[in-house]
Amino acid sequence: MEIPLVSLKEGENATVAGFRGGRGFARKLRTIGIREGKTITVVARHPFSGPIVVRVDDRETTLGRGMARKILVDVER
Amino acid sequence: MRRIVLMGNPNVGKSGIFSRLTGAHVITSNYPGTTVDVSRGTMRVGGERVEVVDAPGTYSLEPASAAEAIATRIVEQADPVVNVVDATNLERNLFLTLELLERGYPTIVVLNLWDEAAHLGIRIDVPRLEELLGVPVVPTVGLSGQGIRELVGRLDEARPSAAFRPLSEEERWAAIGRITKEVQTVTHRHHTFRDLLSGASIRPFTGTLIAVAVLALSFLLVRLIGEGLISFVFEPIFALYTPLVQQLSDLLGPGIPREILIGRLIDGEIDYVQSMGLLTTGLFVPFGMILPYIVAFYLMLSLLEDSGYLPRLATLADSLFHRLGMHGYGIVPLFLGLGCNVPGVLATRVLETRKQRFIAGTLLSIAVPCMAQIAMIFGVLGTFGLGYVLLVFATLAIIYVCTGLVLKRYIRGESPEIFLEIPPYRMPGAAITAKKTWMRVRGFLAEAIPYLLLGILAVNLLYTAGVLDRIAAVSAPVMEGWLGLPGEASTALLVGFLRKDLAVGMLMPLGMTALQLVIAVTMLTIYFPCVATFVVLFKELGLRDMVKSAAIMIGTALLVGGAMRLILIGF
Repeated sequence: MEIPLVSLKEGENATVAGFRGGRGFARKLRTIGIREGKTITVVARHPFSGPIVVRVDDRETTLGRGMARKILVDVER
Repeated sequence: MRRIVLMGNPNVGKSGIFSRLTGAHVITSNYPGTTVDVSRGTMRVGGERVEVVDAPGTYSLEPASAAEAIATRIVEQADPVVNVVDATNLERNLFLTLELLERGYPTIVVLNLWDEAAHLGIRIDVPRLEELLGVPVVPTVGLSGQGIRELVGRLDEARPSAAFRPLSEEERWAAIGRITKEVQTVTHRHHTFRDLLSGASIRPFTGTLIAVAVLALSFLLVRLIGEGLISFVFEPIFALYTPLVQQLSDLLGPGIPREILIGRLIDGEIDYVQSMGLLTTGLFVPFGMILPYIVAFYLMLSLLEDSGYLPRLATLADSLFHRLGMHGYGIVPLFLGLGCNVPGVLATRVLETRKQRFIAGTLLSIAVPCMAQIAMIFGVLGTFGLGYVLLVFATLAIIYVCTGLVLKRYIRGESPEIFLEIPPYRMPGAAITAKKTWMRVRGFLAEAIPYLLLGILAVNLLYTAGVLDRIAAVSAPVMEGWLGLPGEASTALLVGFLRKDLAVGMLMPLGMTALQLVIAVTMLTIYFPCVATFVVLFKELGLRDMVKSAAIMIGTALLVGGAMRLILIGF
């Protein structure tokens, strides 16, 4: 099932499926390590619509919710 | 002169390599974006002097930010490019490497953090990687200097690679996949205490607890180190200096030269805080009172940066700061501003847009007292009880948040979201931390001290000429009618434009009640930054935004002052 990253719960795993939004956005995420086919884990979801921390390849990245809405992930539910 | 350019992703220890190559004084940092100011130095390669440039960290040659755009411009004049790669994160780092090789830049690749990679169970076949990339590859450890000699020895082997033609993004990722698979073996590693700590410090609940503890500890250490420096270093120095300046005072005798150089004698003696002479207060306040805390503060900041804690703090702070029109990075200028507003304003550059920088700079000037001012607030109000001190800080915190909420709504422009990489925790190196602290202290001395001295001189001249008294007389009605303070307090506010901490001291002899002092001290913080901050703010924001910012400051001060008067004193 393909859902936006923002809907994952803390501790949940998924596979990066694609990006909504411009080419620049997708490119920026790919170069920081968030790419199609990679396993992505939500490490933390900060309250009061705060940022989301994800882990890919043992590296952590902090993203705003707006970005997390534009990242699509595949999840088995 | 030939020019070597260091290129690499953020957080790969590029500045550490730069520092090793040049021995120059540069700031190395774990915090993404700190090296937006480009560092330059020189080194010798086979008897020839070459320039070394440390380009801002970038993930790609198609820039996504202003700092990355600078990096792509600098690399065009590189001969050769030293591409610093994080050995613990080869795959992602190779994207930039391939872009460099595709464009035919003469390149040498440095596999930095080699020890950390080994520790993580990552092994890289260096000779094979050299073959595949078609350029030399040297493993290094920037922190210890391992591999630097080999790097210097092989600089002349840097060359354009024959292995790559221009690729599309998809082709490039495919090539990177093939290379990584062939040269890298990863043995499974066990989770360590460091992973546990890393996880705990970034989750909302445990992270907040840790952040509170870290910040409390930092301020405690700043106080301890600052006070230690005062009693063991600066006071003994001034004890040697006092007889000299006393002799000069006797030699000069009464008159204008003594007024300016030595100032007024208090009970026939020189009083370093109140005399206001260039050679007494002018030297004592910056060096004897502020500098010790500045040193301690920068030391703490370097440790927080180099350990990798700051990006975690920024993540935790984001929930609040993005509501104020900034994002998590906004905590950096705030934290620095508590040391001295001047570096605080300079640190607003870590934010991307004009709107964010305007908000950060304005809030800093309105509601963030510097270390010198904080010390004076404690000095003046502490005698009445800690509750009054807390009242001032609580008021300032509320003003910071409320003004931020308003500015976010009404200032035009973009407020982009937080997007940052969390580097692994690393042990800060003593030599690099010391160097970085010294660099920042030197920067402070150069940026702030001249204004402090000029400020004291100006106050002296204006005071002697009676100008201050006249301006104070004009603004006295506002003081008395609107703020409920004695008219003389306006002199202190005027002096505050030049020296906030001195101005706080000037409030003392006015015989005000504790609550009046709370209002006066809060006003002193809000209404305007000191002249040094004002100048830096002007340089950062430009004239138009500076005027706008100043209007917001004065407006806020009058509004808050009036409200405080009603609440605390009544009518």
